[in-house]
Amino acid sequence: MAADSTLLLSLVEEFVSGLQESKAKDAAKGIKDGQFTILQLVEALGLSLTSSQPQTRARGVQLLSEVLQESHGELTEREVEVLIAFYENRLKDHYVITPPVLRGLQALTKSKALPPGSAVSMLRSLFQDVHVQSLMLAERACVYNMLINLMETREAELKGLGADFVFGFVQSMDGERDPRNLLLAFQIAKNIILRGYDLGKFIEELFEVTSCYFPIDFTPPPNDPHGITKEELILALRAVLTGTPKFAEFLLPLIIEKLDSDVQSAKLDSLQTLAGCVSQYEHKDLADFLEGLWASLRREVFQTSSEKIESAALAALTALTSCLSRSVLNSDSDDSLCTFLELVLKDCKHHLCEPDLKLVWPSAKLLQASCSGSNRASHIITAAVMPSLIEQYNSRTQCSHRRTLLEVVQRFIQSVKSCRSSDNDESVFSAYRASLCSMAFSALSESNASLQITATSVLTSLAQQTGLLLDSDVELVVDHLIRLLLTEDDERVSLAVVECAGALSELHPAAFITKLIPRLKQEMFSDQREASEQLSHHAVHQQCMSALAAVSIQPSVVQESTPVLLEVLSSAHTGSVSFSVDEVVLACRSLQRIAEQVQDGEETGRCFHDIIIPRLLSLALQAALQGDKSSDGRSPLVEEAVLSAMVSVISASCSRLQPSLAGQTASRAVSLFLNGDVSFLPDNSFPSHIQLLRKQQEDSWSRSQLVCLLMACVCTLPRSVEVPHMEQLLSELEEMSCSCSHLLSYTSAAKCFAGLLNKMPQGDSLNGLIQRTMTRVCRELDCTSSPVRTQAFTLLIWVAKALLLRYHPLFSALTDKIFSLLDDTDLGPMAADSFSLLMSDSADVLNRSCHADVRIMYRQRFFSENSAKLVQGFNAAPQEKKPNYLKALSNIVNQLPKQVQVTELPALLSLLLEALTCPDQGVQLSTLSCLEPVLVSPPPVLIQQLEALVNRLLALICSPVMNVRMASIRCVHALSHFPAHEVLPFRARVLRALAQPLDDKKRLVRREAVQARGEWFLLGSPGGR
Amino acid sequence: MSSKMSAGSQLENANPVIFQRSVERLLTASEEDEDVHDAIDDREIFDLIRSINDPEHPLSLEELNVVEQVRVKVNDAESTVGVEFTPTIPHCSMATLIGLSIKVKLLRSLPDRFKIDVHITPGTHASEEAVNKQLADKERVAAALENSSLLEVVNQCLSTRSI
Repeated sequence: MAADSTLLLSLVEEFVSGLQESKAKDAAKGIKDGQFTILQLVEALGLSLTSSQPQTRARGVQLLSEVLQESHGELTEREVEVLIAFYENRLKDHYVITPPVLRGLQALTKSKALPPGSAVSMLRSLFQDVHVQSLMLAERACVYNMLINLMETREAELKGLGADFVFGFVQSMDGERDPRNLLLAFQIAKNIILRGYDLGKFIEELFEVTSCYFPIDFTPPPNDPHGITKEELILALRAVLTGTPKFAEFLLPLIIEKLDSDVQSAKLDSLQTLAGCVSQYEHKDLADFLEGLWASLRREVFQTSSEKIESAALAALTALTSCLSRSVLNSDSDDSLCTFLELVLKDCKHHLCEPDLKLVWPSAKLLQASCSGSNRASHIITAAVMPSLIEQYNSRTQCSHRRTLLEVVQRFIQSVKSCRSSDNDESVFSAYRASLCSMAFSALSESNASLQITATSVLTSLAQQTGLLLDSDVELVVDHLIRLLLTEDDERVSLAVVECAGALSELHPAAFITKLIPRLKQEMFSDQREASEQLSHHAVHQQCMSALAAVSIQPSVVQESTPVLLEVLSSAHTGSVSFSVDEVVLACRSLQRIAEQVQDGEETGRCFHDIIIPRLLSLALQAALQGDKSSDGRSPLVEEAVLSAMVSVISASCSRLQPSLAGQTASRAVSLFLNGDVSFLPDNSFPSHIQLLRKQQEDSWSRSQLVCLLMACVCTLPRSVEVPHMEQLLSELEEMSCSCSHLLSYTSAAKCFAGLLNKMPQGDSLNGLIQRTMTRVCRELDCTSSPVRTQAFTLLIWVAKALLLRYHPLFSALTDKIFSLLDDTDLGPMAADSFSLLMSDSADVLNRSCHADVRIMYRQRFFSENSAKLVQGFNAAPQEKKPNYLKALSNIVNQLPKQVQVTELPALLSLLLEALTCPDQGVQLSTLSCLEPVLVSPPPVLIQQLEALVNRLLALICSPVMNVRMASIRCVHALSHFPAHEVLPFRARVLRALAQPLDDKKRLVRREAVQARGEWFLLGSPGGR
Repeated sequence: MSSKMSAGSQLENANPVIFQRSVERLLTASEEDEDVHDAIDDREIFDLIRSINDPEHPLSLEELNVVEQVRVKVNDAESTVGVEFTPTIPHCSMATLIGLSIKVKLLRSLPDRFKIDVHITPGTHASEEAVNKQLADKERVAAALENSSLLEVVNQCLSTRSI
């Protein structure tokens, strides 16, 4: 003990007189470890605390406070009580002692052993003895933090202080200027308001002391280490100002005043604050300000110059209307909602009668915003405007006027939809049902495209609300849709019609099953064509197939639509009806879209796995077997385009629909490909012992390429579903990928192999498999005379990708092999290209929708592990091989997320600039596309290299390749947004250089040049930038 | 010259007639073909000027029907461009400024070889002749652009609108 007390004394001495800051830590540690107690520390401090020198006393208090900050958790209630009494007393001492005293008190506010009543006494002393705003920044923060701590733990006690607490706080923060402290002060004010502290007669004071910062105008200093944003301050202050209806009488006039401001951000903040505050208000809080608020809101929408402000004003109007609708009415007060909406109607309604003037849209938007405020508001507004809108639509003759009116109507229907609650009330529009339908039908019958398009969206909106479209209306709509599908040649109309059909068939499937599908079928398979003189056969087929896909959302519709699409494939195969390859592909795309958009249910799952997929496999197999016999007039189903479209249908079904059925599909496919088991295929007239994976005597590509369908069946399953006969399957796939000479066949076999590998469980059997495959691949690659080097390389790349995605440790051996091939005379360019395959998502295998094992950020990982190798390889490579490295690099960088590109750029910039001078246009193009996104927010290193960058880009704007010209001009365009003082020196040169592409022979290049040159002209010019 | 949009200042024509914007030019296969030479046509010139901002309204010259495609004539082979523009009201005080903006936009966007003629649609403005004369006079146009407050408004008309 004695030793400890000398130790303690010397610690104190060294801290107080020796000014050794580290001793505070030692003392705190001593207390934590139980070496000595707080009481002993205070005793040891005795002399310093009673010194006649204020500096010494301050030093003594400082030591105690710092120790308390570390060890406030260990204190007993009695100790806290004594310490508080001591500190409160010290607040009256010399001003140099105040800072350490406040730090000590702050530490004590965190103590769990705070005795009852101490919070109040602490605050009384604080408010009485300390003038907060004359303290330094850190001490002011200390005070705010004390309040925050006590509000968390001693709420009841603080509330006992009554309005004195609020007054004390108001005095403390009055005049605060530091943004960090303001965030704390706003937090306290918010707590005061939201936790029900008594504001007493200080409501206005509390409002004044906070609202004086409204609207927040703050720009963080450059390189601000605190990272406080304007947005943060705005939200913190808004939470205070909008927190209580008691502020209404002060806040609303302030908002009206600030809305007059010319500063856009002030307007925006005011509008958002308005929208925020009214959610708490009642109509009586608003009553006196409604006219003023309306005038401001109207002005912002009528004369707006910014969409942001317009939509903020509309949102505020909606909130305001909601508020007025919510309030309970007294018998003696006016209905303030009606009064307010009368104002709105008076100023806006008459503009709806001038559909060609500017104010029609702002007025409509204001009315619609009020409409969506509440059900009652929508009744009042629609009753006032719908009759005249309908009457006008019927009396106007100009298409543009009618279109505007119809669009206004459509937005009204839309605006009401968004506010409808779950109640099954009649729609606000019930009274106008018939007129609205007849408006839409008449518009559909016009020949004006925009009228027709608007009509389809009116119908879609009507359908969304109960009771507005009767069954008979739906039938009529379907008739119109069919007519337009079969005759309309305007692409925009067709698109709108198809979209409308989709939306309606989800809600009213019956009419689509009985009318639309049979009619489209008849149209697609009939030879004589009466309905559509305007459209080519092909266009009709195209429309029909996209419509069939769009309407197939409900299972009952899917049952009817998919057989029609399958019939397209079988007719194309037999040649009974002529469909082009494009059309067959389209039929597959439609099936794919259906598989992607239907809800996964038993019924649709069966439809795809038991009917559609076997049928596709059967047709493909028939076509392949036939392909052997006749070379002329072969079935379109052997074309690669059709097969890959089929792959997408099967992938979508196997990955999305009914895992157990998908597992069945996979094992059927495996036994078909391994054993020639055709029993599950419809129209079964196949020869027995078909061998699809083994090499035939004569190399039959039409058969071997079917392996892509096997891939679709087995590589897209959820990982929980097992594939049977894996070992045999993998070995035959490997054999095929290394021996077959047909590109699609050996590539598909490699992809299928890789897809399976990616999902195999970790372990020796996987490692062994990889090693065996690698040995074989390397043997072929190392033998320069091997006829299957390309095949071996293809397998290498796909296996590498499968392993890269799952972070398999053996991956790096494969990468090294690929890197070494960049110097290979024959395979070098292919190796460079292969990096793009490694880094990008593959469409049909090894992606997340196929349930592949894809780790996050595998691209970054690949990049960080290999970029140095690439740079070294580049430096060591002979001149003629260097382009391969640059191409590889730009392929990799191109696929990296932008944040990574920006951080990695410094190391690579010189290489990328080198790549811009590389004569290979592919390298130029892909480098430009890496650079373009980085230029949007240029890192400093880029600015340092500006001269080199500008030179290289300007050299490329006269490239013989138009895409290079366009991309380089876009980059030059992006440079104009760099900090003005950096790019201004280049202005004259760039403007001169851009004059030439203004006369380019390609319009697309001229367009880029015009935009870029326009921006460079604005640079450094008044009113520009 | 500068026009403010706050409550105090009244616009000359607060509720003008609005016209629909044309749809974007459709991309054709030949435009993507390296070997085809795309001549500069009327639509291309119209696309250059239709999105110029009106000095008063947050609207484009196309939406106010100040410029129309039928009033644009270009001859690529002879390197001439003629544009007629129609002020929204016959006493529009902004006519010269609008004409100047169109002219400057074309000067910045077309190759040197073009002779550019910008004038008011005959019979649509009170001081048609005076404005046309001013726009046709190279030196007066150059002098106008020396005036930085005038250049500022022109540049604002030619800026792509933000926010």
